[in-house]
Amino acid sequence: MEKLLEILSSLHPDVDFSNAGDLIEEGVLDSLDIVTLITEVNNTFDVQIPAEEVIPENFSSAETIWALIQKLDEE
Amino acid sequence: MQFSSAIFVLFLALTILLYYLLPKKWQWGVLLVASYVFYLSQGVQYIGFLLYTTVVTYFTGRILSARAKKEDDFVEANRETLTKEERKAFRASEKKARFRILLCGLVLGFGLLILLKYTAFFAGGVRDIVTAFGGASFKIPSLLIPLGLSFYTFQSMGYLIDLYRKKITAETNFLKFALFVSFFPQIIQGPISRFGDLGKELTTPHTFSAGDFSAGLFRVAYGFFKKLVVADTAMIGVRYLYEHTDTQQGIYVILLILLYTAEIYGDFTGGIDITIGISRMLGIRLAENFNRPFSAQSVKEYWRRWHITMGTWFTDYVFYPLSVSGGMQKFSTWSRSHLGNAVGKRLPVYFATIVTWFLTGLWHGAGWNFIVWGLLNCFVILISQELQPLWNLFLKKCQKLSGSGFFYCFRAARTFLLMGLFRSLDVYKDVPLTFSLWGSMFTTWNWGELFSASGLTSFGMNLWQLLVLGAGILLILLATNLGKKTPLWDRLASRSVLAVALSACILTLVLVFGSYGVGYDAADFIYGQF
Repeated sequence: MEKLLEILSSLHPDVDFSNAGDLIEEGVLDSLDIVTLITEVNNTFDVQIPAEEVIPENFSSAETIWALIQKLDEE
Repeated sequence: MQFSSAIFVLFLALTILLYYLLPKKWQWGVLLVASYVFYLSQGVQYIGFLLYTTVVTYFTGRILSARAKKEDDFVEANRETLTKEERKAFRASEKKARFRILLCGLVLGFGLLILLKYTAFFAGGVRDIVTAFGGASFKIPSLLIPLGLSFYTFQSMGYLIDLYRKKITAETNFLKFALFVSFFPQIIQGPISRFGDLGKELTTPHTFSAGDFSAGLFRVAYGFFKKLVVADTAMIGVRYLYEHTDTQQGIYVILLILLYTAEIYGDFTGGIDITIGISRMLGIRLAENFNRPFSAQSVKEYWRRWHITMGTWFTDYVFYPLSVSGGMQKFSTWSRSHLGNAVGKRLPVYFATIVTWFLTGLWHGAGWNFIVWGLLNCFVILISQELQPLWNLFLKKCQKLSGSGFFYCFRAARTFLLMGLFRSLDVYKDVPLTFSLWGSMFTTWNWGELFSASGLTSFGMNLWQLLVLGAGILLILLATNLGKKTPLWDRLASRSVLAVALSACILTLVLVFGSYGVGYDAADFIYGQF
């Protein structure tokens, strides 16, 4: 989780991702951030986030992104 | 058989009667027969193409689903013995195999669309190049383009992609699947539905509900009003203006933008209201395609409100798959390490955005005007994205202004006019001509001409038609405002008698003020040709 928070902070250093929610609704993460985030997550955690998982629910907070990584890792 | 013809009204009444009177297990059968009768009535020559897409999609879907089940069964059966790495490797190799099957289906499905809709366009381009280099010109055969081809192809290909992604399981009953592809209210102009939403809706038995029936009837009547009173009246002026571009410049270009906005809004949203209304009368819920698009504060927001099912189709099946594909991920890593983080991270997303909008333009038609239209939308969206930090700063500094109603209206009007301007490419068709006409808005000062005594009737419309159009637009504005929180038809669902009475009133207005009958051939929907 710490590694994920580091990646998120590198995108927006001014946001406290450990407490922030509704990242999509609030407009914190846009399509640019999401694609960069996916590249970083894939490289760091050795998973492949497929296009079908790119839905707002999976990217609404650090927790939901972490849950997605764990799910993909377990499959 | 057009939606606005008397024969369609009879056909619909008969379908609804049989649908509710026959045993419920036959309901989807009634819809299938009705759908094929409706499509046959559009032209017998089209039916082979519909059957081709249905058969190809059905069998590809079955193969995809069977392969996915085999994969899941194997993993479940060997969960204890396989290591995590082995499991991942197996899943990855199976995914590749399923992708190859999907690719075959997509090539066969989109192949027909490309062959029929785009051959002439691409061959024309080749011919222009050949003749430019002194080669001999050649004749391009004109091919038949089946009605609704883009819509049912996209819906079918979406089904295959969802199967590949394991979001749904394949429909095993061929006839039930055929209904999903051909459902008559939506086959001509959408909305582009997902199997996960519509598949069960179509085949589950539905009990007659007075609320749903009357709400649906009201929406159908409202759709006819938008189409026949507003869109087809506005079309009279639009047609005159684009047929006389040699004289109708300057202010008349602005007039065309406004009239065509009224036409396309009435035509497309009216058509969708009729589609969703008919479906609701049958107890079937379809996805919404519009959400007050002219209240959009930006182009990006506009595209979340206008033709929603097409927008989400391109986002889900083109933009994100392209953005997060293996190749693009490598490109992203490379560009960031070689060009710096700021530029590097933008390139892949910008590339995917440009491809998506290029295809969106091409989806609307095989012509440079549609491609330029798509790329102009893309350009504005990308520029807005770049200027967003600056814009946020402005909004923060000028909170009083940015929170005001005036500023809200200003942004909505700006988006409205910009989208209208781009949309005029659809009408003028010729790209250089359109650009020169846009230029004439700044060089030809003929405002006085339009607002003179005879000016208001100088563009093909008489005063009566202008009054009808103006009153029609006001009524739509009123209805939209009343249905801001809950759409009018939903509010009327619990008041069936009132809904039916209002529907009768609206249909009377359509009969009195609608543009139809001798001398009019306007009843075709614009999006039907896409």
